[in-house]
Amino acid sequence: MLEINDIIKPENLVYGKTPVLTDSVMHYCPGCSHGVVHKILAQVIEEMGIQEQTIGVAPVGCAVFAYNYIDIDWHEAAHGRAPAVATGIKRLLPEKMVFTYQGDGDLAAIGTAETIHACNRGENIVIIFINNGIYGMTGGQMAPTTIEGMPASTCPFGRTPERDGYPLKMSEILATLPGTCYVTRQAVHTAAHVRKTKKALVKAFENQKMRKGTSIVEVVSTCSSGWKMTPVNANKWMVDNMFPFYKLGDLKNE
Amino acid sequence: MGKIRGAIVVDTAKCKGCSLCVEACPTKVIELSREVNAKGFHFAYMAQPQECTGCTNCATVCPDSCITVYRLKP
Repeated sequence: MLEINDIIKPENLVYGKTPVLTDSVMHYCPGCSHGVVHKILAQVIEEMGIQEQTIGVAPVGCAVFAYNYIDIDWHEAAHGRAPAVATGIKRLLPEKMVFTYQGDGDLAAIGTAETIHACNRGENIVIIFINNGIYGMTGGQMAPTTIEGMPASTCPFGRTPERDGYPLKMSEILATLPGTCYVTRQAVHTAAHVRKTKKALVKAFENQKMRKGTSIVEVVSTCSSGWKMTPVNANKWMVDNMFPFYKLGDLKNE
Repeated sequence: MGKIRGAIVVDTAKCKGCSLCVEACPTKVIELSREVNAKGFHFAYMAQPQECTGCTNCATVCPDSCITVYRLKP
């Protein structure tokens, strides 16, 4: 009879924590999509062998402490200004791999101008956009990406377009700009989607290596604390309500 | 009864008990424990170790990277 301890041996290891991730315990809430995206980003950096030459630009938002978790060079940007900072880094150090990691309050609200202009200039950077439809860090207020009818702490009865305007589809806007080469929308709620998102990140970094232009990887994600749900229910709610509006798939691939 | 082919090791100190791995497991191996860790979370553990196939789905969806997967090579 085979025992568990016969299986738990270094030669049988098939999935472990990548050394690019540090040992710090993440400050994110249980079940937060940020943790999964950090993990696959670290795996992509490890597998492409670009740990020494990657510079990340952290946003303001829950992911502001990303520099504690991924063992690469980081730069902290003012709220929404990550694409502008990444532009400067990439133009001064064109041999480095530069990416920004932004939430929807950062990229789609205060940083809309920086994002659109960096993409319009076709800056050779990767933009990772975490879209959970809410301002998670500050207590779940309505964001530009909050979908119609979705409750938030500043619209407890759901967003109504007459009063609050319409939700903003950033990726669709950016896909129309000639400077972008790759715009995709993915999710990380199941293992299959995590693997697809990882492939999208690899493609985005390869585009940067080939100097093709701006690559945007949007990840539709959950905020179980802000949505006031359990992580499992938040994933179900995202599938039922977010995906019909934010449709997954490649919007642009040149 | 399934044949033992895989096993997971959960870093119980880091696990936050979000139960995403419980949902992701195709053979219902993982459950949340009754005990709690130092932070008060019900950590995940292998409740049905004989069913584990080592498919790595649980570790792939784990936001805190606290699952390590081992699988016997055929």
